[in-house]
Amino acid sequence: MNKFVKQTLLATAVTAAMVSTASAKELVMVSWGGAYTASQQKAYHEPYMANNPGVTIINDDSGSGALAKLRAMKEAGNVTWDLIDMTGSAAMTACEEGLAEEIDHDKVLANAPDGTPASVDFGDLIISPCFVPQIVYSTTFGYRTDKVGSNPPTSINDVFDLEKYPGKRSLEKRAVNNMEWALLADGVPSDKVYDVLATDAGVKRAFAKLDTIKDSVVWWEKGAQTPQLLADGEIVMGSTYNGRLFSLIVEEKQPVAMMWDWQVFDLDGWIVPKGTKNKAEVMKYLKFATDTQRLADQSKYISYGPARASSAPLVGKHATLGIDMAPHMPTAPANSKNTLLYNIEFWADNTDDLNEKFYAWLAN
Amino acid sequence: MNSSVKHSNPSVMVTADGVPLMVSLSRAKRKAKIRALLLVTPLFLFILVTFFIPIASMLLRSVDNEVVEETLSRTVPILQGWDQTGDTIPDETVFVALHQDFVDGYREKTIGSPGRRLNYEKPGFSSLFRKTARKAEKFEPPYQAAFIKADKKWGDINYWRVLKRESGPSTDSYYMTALDYGYNDIGERVAKADDQSIYVDLFGRTFWISFVITSICLVLAFPISYLLSILPAKSSNLLMILVLLPFWTSLLVRTSAWIALLQQQGVINDMLVWAGFLGDDNRLAMIHNQAGTIIAMVHVLLPFMVLPLYSVMKTIPQSYMRAARSLGANPFTAFVRVYLPGTIPGIGAGSILVFIISIGYYITPALVGGQSGTLISNFIAYHLQSSLNWGLAAALGAILLFAVFALYILYDKIVGIDNMKLG
Repeated sequence: MNKFVKQTLLATAVTAAMVSTASAKELVMVSWGGAYTASQQKAYHEPYMANNPGVTIINDDSGSGALAKLRAMKEAGNVTWDLIDMTGSAAMTACEEGLAEEIDHDKVLANAPDGTPASVDFGDLIISPCFVPQIVYSTTFGYRTDKVGSNPPTSINDVFDLEKYPGKRSLEKRAVNNMEWALLADGVPSDKVYDVLATDAGVKRAFAKLDTIKDSVVWWEKGAQTPQLLADGEIVMGSTYNGRLFSLIVEEKQPVAMMWDWQVFDLDGWIVPKGTKNKAEVMKYLKFATDTQRLADQSKYISYGPARASSAPLVGKHATLGIDMAPHMPTAPANSKNTLLYNIEFWADNTDDLNEKFYAWLAN
Repeated sequence: MNSSVKHSNPSVMVTADGVPLMVSLSRAKRKAKIRALLLVTPLFLFILVTFFIPIASMLLRSVDNEVVEETLSRTVPILQGWDQTGDTIPDETVFVALHQDFVDGYREKTIGSPGRRLNYEKPGFSSLFRKTARKAEKFEPPYQAAFIKADKKWGDINYWRVLKRESGPSTDSYYMTALDYGYNDIGERVAKADDQSIYVDLFGRTFWISFVITSICLVLAFPISYLLSILPAKSSNLLMILVLLPFWTSLLVRTSAWIALLQQQGVINDMLVWAGFLGDDNRLAMIHNQAGTIIAMVHVLLPFMVLPLYSVMKTIPQSYMRAARSLGANPFTAFVRVYLPGTIPGIGAGSILVFIISIGYYITPALVGGQSGTLISNFIAYHLQSSLNWGLAAALGAILLFAVFALYILYDKIVGIDNMKLG
């Protein structure tokens, strides 16, 4: 009997060891799917797996609902994800809710090639102690070249100008970005936008401006909608993420062009969920995947700007199309004459309140 | 001794082994009952664990408010002594407790949650908590001055009133928001201004659209089901496949197909323009509005109406109608007086199915609904997935659930639930 117990114990221990080594090699990474996950696969995952033969990276495309799922996982006490790609504001929420690990950026991440510490190389983009920035993306406008004749839109005012550009335009169904654009088009200087928006009068002013085009707006909720609406000719112009427009224009060759005026910069990056079973491996991966070269490599596949200052000079040509990527970056000088940085502090406080007002405005 | 007593009483019937029959019978019955119970137990437990407990725990969130009391465990009890109707902010003792709570909460990374919770009540709490927590460790007494120096909102009595109001273990604020009520600065319940009220109108719209969808489904499904029920099996099976085919197709595919058909540069508009019914400039807007939601959802939900109707109609002998006609009824009377009453169980079942499913629908309205075709379920999804305000999502869900219960009871009173036949 004693022997039997010993054997059973041994067998259990061996099985447990096998299971744990097997799971240590599988990293589940959550991202947005589509072209974006593909760019991460090429630029980060594949080289990492080539260098670390024991590790398999599994992509999970549930990025858009990640925050809610992560909270549910944490409450159930079983976090099955190892690394999550989130927008900056979602990462901030995750950090505040205690869902994400805090990261010592200088200890965990690689220095720039010239020895600049990571915290300086990323600079202000580290908006939360849990957040490792990856890309700068922008929400901007695309328009049908065949519907605007020889007079293409050049400024945010044109989005609100139904006489010059009749037809439908698409905007995201939320307060964020639209309120800022409305105020800019109404003549508010860019450095005063958030001050004005913080007042009741400013909110009314933004809605009044949006009222002028309300009947001509198709409201989108998913990033794929504006590219589709543009391709179908349903709208004359619409807002969406610049990477989506890039693939619509360059890869699918639709008669669409970009209107960069007052594009809104936002961040996307990684967080390590609290409770991951592979923390050491994930940190190792993070150091590799967010170094200067890797971040620059991602821009070979998608037109989002690398978050490290030291990566910018390394941005090269598109991996398959061979075109120069630098002019397609939201940060390119010609595209970034007028840009607005998404004010994370402001929206962390006011998203709930202003979205409520926005939906009420929509319904009335 | 005992058995001799029983034997001596001839009026009690006993079994062969001397136990009174009544006792033996009830024992056998109890055994059968236990066995039956054991057989249902796995299913019961399964439903309890996977259905009732999750729903109940989600509904509890609509009143749960423990996060403030838990994180600010020292401040909350002291704060109860502060008079929120006065015009002075709490004194130093509260700030001393608050300082300890903030230092601990920052170390344990728990201070963000109450900040986000209170931000639902008053915008500004989120950054107030976040900013203060970062600096709290370095604060020197007097703490009241230190807090106000870190962020002047700590000197604003309205923030303190909200904090005190929402410091209990439960709250009614989610239900108030869900019914478009709120608190004013001095803590009275008031209806929200028109430019901030959304949910009551949305509940109304959701019920109205669901009712319209159910009615259209009924009108469309009735003749189809009738046809299916009277055709010979060979052709009716083929038609049945046509009814079921969309049922088996992915919901997203069907919704996208409707977008391609209905949009302004879509197939239907193109055909109408080509045929000269419409000018190129005034194409019909059939999608991204209420019409789009109704058309796409009727298509998605039609099988749920056809199937129960068909199964009921199949059981109505065609001879009934012939008998009615031969007794002198005209076709209309025969239909209304003889055929229609027989189909009521199917109509009831189909309508309830379609109505309840459409009340909770959210993918199709999100894609084709535009601004006028959005339903309450879209907001529940938004608060679950994006704003992470699960309390409000739970309150909206609970109201929807109880409204459906109320309708169900109403239906039972008017039509009778026993009258329903689900196939």
